Amino acid sequence: MSPAERGTAAPARRGVAETADGGAAGAARLLATGSRGQATSLAEHLARHGPLPACAGADPWELIGEVERAGLTGRGGAAFPTAAKLRAVRNAAAGRAPLVIANGTEGEPASGKDRALLASAPHLVLDGAVYAAGLIGAHEAVVIAHRDVAGAVTAAAAERRNAARGRRPGADHVRVRVMEAAPGFVAGEASAVVNWVERGDARPTGRSPRSGGTGPASRPGAPGRRAGRARRPVLVQNVETLAHLALIARHGAGWFRSAGTPAEPGSMLITVTGAVRRPGVYEIGIGAPVSELIDRAGGACAPLTAFLVGGYFGTWVDAAQAAARPFSAAGLAGLGASPGAGLIAALPGNLCGLAETARLARYLAAESAGQCGPCVFGLDAIAGQLGRAATGPSAELGTVRRWLGQVTGRGACRHPDGAARMIGSALDVFAAETAGHARGWCQATSTARLLPVPGRVRS
Amino acid sequence: MTLPGPASGRARLTVDPIACDGRGICAELLPGLITLDDWGFPIIHGDVPPALRDEAAEAARLCPKLALRLTAGRSVPGESVPGEAPARPAAGRRRRRWSRS
Repeated sequence: MSPAERGTAAPARRGVAETADGGAAGAARLLATGSRGQATSLAEHLARHGPLPACAGADPWELIGEVERAGLTGRGGAAFPTAAKLRAVRNAAAGRAPLVIANGTEGEPASGKDRALLASAPHLVLDGAVYAAGLIGAHEAVVIAHRDVAGAVTAAAAERRNAARGRRPGADHVRVRVMEAAPGFVAGEASAVVNWVERGDARPTGRSPRSGGTGPASRPGAPGRRAGRARRPVLVQNVETLAHLALIARHGAGWFRSAGTPAEPGSMLITVTGAVRRPGVYEIGIGAPVSELIDRAGGACAPLTAFLVGGYFGTWVDAAQAAARPFSAAGLAGLGASPGAGLIAALPGNLCGLAETARLARYLAAESAGQCGPCVFGLDAIAGQLGRAATGPSAELGTVRRWLGQVTGRGACRHPDGAARMIGSALDVFAAETAGHARGWCQATSTARLLPVPGRVRS
Repeated sequence: MTLPGPASGRARLTVDPIACDGRGICAELLPGLITLDDWGFPIIHGDVPPALRDEAAEAARLCPKLALRLTAGRSVPGESVPGEAPARPAAGRRRRRWSRS
């Protein structure tokens, strides 16, 4: 299935965004725009949402306060409060114009929500990037778009430039540039995204984008990598976060909070994949029960044993335990899981969760940026043992547990942490399966592969 | 970099994991404070006690990759310290140093 098809799998519910139904499941705010399978044009976008309110003339701190009252958090996986990030970048700017990066890298192989959003409502994301630029005093925004949707986003940006030339509505006062995302799992990590934009190198640096970093280049007068150039603070936001921001700018905090839960307001795009009848991207109010997500995707097409929640850095959870839980940080915390980048993958009972995990572990080891020793050697060793556990009885899973502890927190980015988290949860949830493998049998009846791993990866 | 005086609180060691290539000198110099993982890369255990301040500064100075750094302040468990990566001696793009086998 192509990402565009994934995008249109969400039911097209016209007019819902304006009515703000506030229900748990039906909060279609982002994807309900546009005709099926096509990006919304600028004219359609303006007809539907109206013009983006200007930041100029308003007190930016007050506007950021409205974002805080809305309770918007990052939708890229970390759920960091957006207002806090906006404030930090604006404070760090101190005379240097910061940069906005709209992160639509979507390096998570099983996720399709950022592509679905950029394919159907690119102007909502561009609005959000422009509005964020106004809030922090930036003059430039870069939209990083996954290769599959870079064309649609480039066309949308061109529409807006043409509008500016013709003095028509929809023009921006911020320079907007579209860049195709680098491939690879870690390319979407915030410092890697900044590195990609600034230096064409999509590996993490471990430097905080917000502050502009504290290396030699950011000290005034000190020679940097690019001689004399101070690193500017950068606001990196997931594209979905910016789309929500564009709607908060129009409708305010109260409207935003009419969906979701009081603690975690708003809606969220979820990629539902695995053993469901209609895998795709769905928009839910945060806190809708997990079973409702599965129902939205047409229901399970086999008895389910487990879900992978949040992404490949996420958490395996027992299907029966998870079904009634709200899909929210609070609802999933009891299972050690979190919504992450909005992914839920359903594992059917005829597949081996340990084999799936071994394949993901091998993929994540191969996707290390290759910079930090514990990540390079640790993930490779862990994947090796899991591969042995998946195919035979001779693995040392006690050693794997120790290694998971050793790699956590030991990289410049959170790649080893995320991989260790997912693998550790698999050892818990698939404990019975693992014990069976140790005695030489596996309960799976199929060797089909469920979760996608791009590239040439040994299984 | 100026080190805090004896009365001004604690110091901590940080490793720039990108610069570090696991020579292990730090663990030899500070066995109570730094151990090596199964692949020879340093794991730092807590803050630097005042009695070990000089040894820690010496270990940071002797790190052949300048990956070890002594800074003021207490370490925060589970919290990465963005922007605290030490300066590298030479400008220019870092190259991939590890080959996978």
